[in-house]
Amino acid sequence: MVTEHTMKAFDADLQDLGRMVAEMGGFAEQQINDAVDALDRRDALLAQQVIVSDVQIDMLQREVEEKVILTIARRQPMAVDLREIVGALRISNDLERIGDLAKNIAKRVLVLDSEFRSQKVMRGVEHMAELVLAQIKDVLDAYARRDAAKAIAVWRSDEGVDAVNNSLFRELLTYMMEDPRNISICIHLLFCAKNIERMGDHATNIAETVYYMVEGRTLGDERPKGDKTSMTIVPFDA
Amino acid sequence: MTRMHEVHRGGVTIPASGTGANVDPPAEADEKVSVRGVDFYYGDNNALKKITVPLYARKVTAFIGPSGCGKSTLLRILNRIYDLYPNQRAEGEVLLDGENILSPKQDLNLLRARIGMVFQKPTPFPMSIYENIAFGVRLYERLSRSDLDMRVEQALRRAALWDEVKDQLHTNGLSLSGGQQQRLCIARTVAVKPEVILLDEPCSALDPISTAKIEELIDELTDDYTIAIVTHNMQQAARVSAYTAFMYLGELVEFGTTSKMFTAPTDRRTQDYITGRFG
Repeated sequence: MVTEHTMKAFDADLQDLGRMVAEMGGFAEQQINDAVDALDRRDALLAQQVIVSDVQIDMLQREVEEKVILTIARRQPMAVDLREIVGALRISNDLERIGDLAKNIAKRVLVLDSEFRSQKVMRGVEHMAELVLAQIKDVLDAYARRDAAKAIAVWRSDEGVDAVNNSLFRELLTYMMEDPRNISICIHLLFCAKNIERMGDHATNIAETVYYMVEGRTLGDERPKGDKTSMTIVPFDA
Repeated sequence: MTRMHEVHRGGVTIPASGTGANVDPPAEADEKVSVRGVDFYYGDNNALKKITVPLYARKVTAFIGPSGCGKSTLLRILNRIYDLYPNQRAEGEVLLDGENILSPKQDLNLLRARIGMVFQKPTPFPMSIYENIAFGVRLYERLSRSDLDMRVEQALRRAALWDEVKDQLHTNGLSLSGGQQQRLCIARTVAVKPEVILLDEPCSALDPISTAKIEELIDELTDDYTIAIVTHNMQQAARVSAYTAFMYLGELVEFGTTSKMFTAPTDRRTQDYITGRFG
């Protein structure tokens, strides 16, 4: 897409950054997969592994951060380069947060002790995870190819996730009302769903960053929202 | 080459791709100097092609571009230094407060008092620090001894040099360090109370600390003066200017606010140049 720098080492720096972010992305995807798998199968061992592995994403993020700071200091990047470097920093932050959210799901797996099982709820959670994973995959693709159109597509696709999250919420609410013994597990599942939904938000953040990197201006504030109800179901005092 | 014509007096680059990269000139921005459709020739060589660019009042406008792109030539037109040389001519209009300074009727001495210039290499006269400044002032004004003293002090203060030289005003200007000499040249320019100051790579021969002092000075001078600076140092352009013009092969490729030009320029050539991808 862009020609090379007169200073070749600068290109190498930028490529390194891109590679590190892509690596983080792949790793985050793996963590989500494993966390949801662990939740589905109530697999404490796998959950444990997700928790331990989170350190690696954190380490990668620190590496990206260091590389970014060093590159800014050494190269004084301008224009597209500056946007690219700031973009890498922001995306790595979002990916790190996504990793944390996966870890959070895994932690909940470890404390689930109820026998409560709902195929419907689990299918909902899995469906959400699939949607979010697709978003993350697409947005990482958009990043790798510097594809603004694809970034916009991801940015707009968050609706579905919100909608599933909303229906899961209603579903779980019913179970809780049915039998108070379900409350604890349902709350955990609710938080798991919320975590996945938050991952989707980070994916749209990344989409915004990719768009900015490519186009040099920000996407507007108007993002379609699928979930318009949670505020009406739950009266917030704040 | 169509883009050139998209750069017009509002200082707005209308991007051909419609990427919405509009630059809003500040509301108060009045054009102190308007370069309009200027061509410049060294003999038969068409060094500048239909340049149209504003210098907004009390703002710094930076001119960047590779060597030979015509940025220094453009500055040389603004105070008609080129008039000193045969076979050099400019066509088009350069309006200073609405009056065409390229007109043959223009009084050149008066023009050069209104538009001062500082060059790449410090060029103090081989005389005392005091005389370096008083010399120019005496050409335009008759001042009493005490008024002249005052003017010299003001100019040196304005150029952030007073504290360093106040006890040696009568030593030779050439005995100063490079950075001090350059500030002396700026003081000399400021002393005749110009309206516009042209800086042609004022820091290229200076160390980083002297450079920082000059940049700080430029910043302060924008309270009163309209400034055009030619620089090869992109970071310097980014630091000191409010507007940036990118020139290439005698054309004005892009003009816009500095913040826009250095984060998201519209033209590919600008992008390649400021990110170090040229050639």
